[in-house]
Amino acid sequence: MRVVLDRVSKTYADRHGHAVHALDDVSATVASEEFVALLGPSGCGKSTLLNIVAGLLEPSRGVVYFEGTATMTASGINRHPTAMVFQEFALFPWRTVQKNVEFGLEEAGMAAGERAREARRFIELTGLAGFEGKYPHQLSGGMRQRVGIARALAVDPAVLLMDEPFSALDAQTRQLMQEELLAIWERTRKTIVYVTHNIHEAVYMADRVIVLSRRPGRVLAEIVIELKRPRTEAMLGEPAFVRAAEQIWGLIKDQAREAVSE
Amino acid sequence: MSEPRLAVENRTRFLIRHEHRGLRVLSLVGLVVLWEIVARIGWVPVLFLPSPLGVVAEGWEMVMSGELVGHLAASLRRLLFGFAVGGGLGVIVGIVVGFFSVAEAVGTPLIAATFPVPKIALLPLLILWLGLGEPSKIAVIALGVFFPMAINTYTGVRQADALLVRAAVSFGARRWSVIRKVILPSALPMIFAGLRLGAGTALLLLVAAEMIAVESGIGFLVLHAGNIMATTKLMVGIVVLSLLGVLSHWGLNRLERLTIPWQG
Repeated sequence: MRVVLDRVSKTYADRHGHAVHALDDVSATVASEEFVALLGPSGCGKSTLLNIVAGLLEPSRGVVYFEGTATMTASGINRHPTAMVFQEFALFPWRTVQKNVEFGLEEAGMAAGERAREARRFIELTGLAGFEGKYPHQLSGGMRQRVGIARALAVDPAVLLMDEPFSALDAQTRQLMQEELLAIWERTRKTIVYVTHNIHEAVYMADRVIVLSRRPGRVLAEIVIELKRPRTEAMLGEPAFVRAAEQIWGLIKDQAREAVSE
Repeated sequence: MSEPRLAVENRTRFLIRHEHRGLRVLSLVGLVVLWEIVARIGWVPVLFLPSPLGVVAEGWEMVMSGELVGHLAASLRRLLFGFAVGGGLGVIVGIVVGFFSVAEAVGTPLIAATFPVPKIALLPLLILWLGLGEPSKIAVIALGVFFPMAINTYTGVRQADALLVRAAVSFGARRWSVIRKVILPSALPMIFAGLRLGAGTALLLLVAAEMIAVESGIGFLVLHAGNIMATTKLMVGIVVLSLLGVLSHWGLNRLERLTIPWQG
């Protein structure tokens, strides 16, 4: 199954009623089992793009479609083939870990017993075993995002959308979570679209990095990362890693500077 | 020779707030003791200010004779029905007006126009419509509870985290699911605040309603005792009302902690 973004543009009105061009004519394709990073400086519309793919925002022009997919669930409900992991976690504070992970399955109409079993699998996969009965406010940031990831994986999405999932975490936790996500990816081979503004993160994790420009967001370059899988920390020093990181930084440096002085 | 030193001291000390537990108990006990003394030495005739012990003794007698229990049961029944009707409708209206923009356009001007009317002023009208019996009493309490509940629920719904709503939608939630699983739990703390406001109003309206054409209830007890100058009985009624207020507050707090366990 492929995700195709066909000439997507997004214009919205800001508080003063001025038109803001967030995305301009963005086209891209994400292949099955591919890990793609969407990278750009702040204000490049990368989160906007992700929300459009998730069906949470309407593009002003252009379309997004999924090619070659069966989106019917067992209960016959036409299901959106994506699941989202949010930067601010967006867990339901009134639901325990178990119930948060079950949410998407509940909406898909899965029976309670089966739901609990499914959720259980992903709770174990994400290292949350033993925390099923906890509420989100009782968990650390890293554990909360594990819940976010488990909740998304549980609905077995064709595409996993991740919106700067680890940027709210401290540096050490972020590093560990990146490794864990890579390990999960090795096991599940989910198609992932991963939004980030962190070049090292993008290069370390993705097969391909799509670099977006600042407002309006346009595709500046698509850079294929020539690192083997599974990725290890040792690769952070490899010439292929450094080259890709430098190339990307060269592309967005001036724009990042612009963003700072705004 | 040693260098001059400046030791660092906590400069926020004057901002520290202590709990003063003993003082809290003492203030209440002190008032009662003072009152007892004033009543005993006969500064004020018993007719105007019965002693606390006298009130307790009278209250006990009224409990034993069943008089107080009857009045209390009548009042509680009215409160309960009024609360159920007003609170239930308030929550429903609050959610509908908060969630659907058409309902908001229709509902908010109506609520804004009717909310400021003192509900006691509607009592004669309600009696005219519903008669002198129980329905008019329950209706005025329901009205008093309805407005704080509707307004608070509405505010709670409007304040629901848009991110959580989007997250729910991203996982396939439709309108009804969003209302039930995101908006309603989000609004619960505000709903409880509404219940607390409503409890105060309900007590006020209860007493007012029970002063018109009834033979039972704490409000009737207070009015009747006043008419026959049974000041001690009157005081018993007032103490019971104050206990009702304290108890409802405490009960709602307990209920809130049970219903909203995620608030830590």
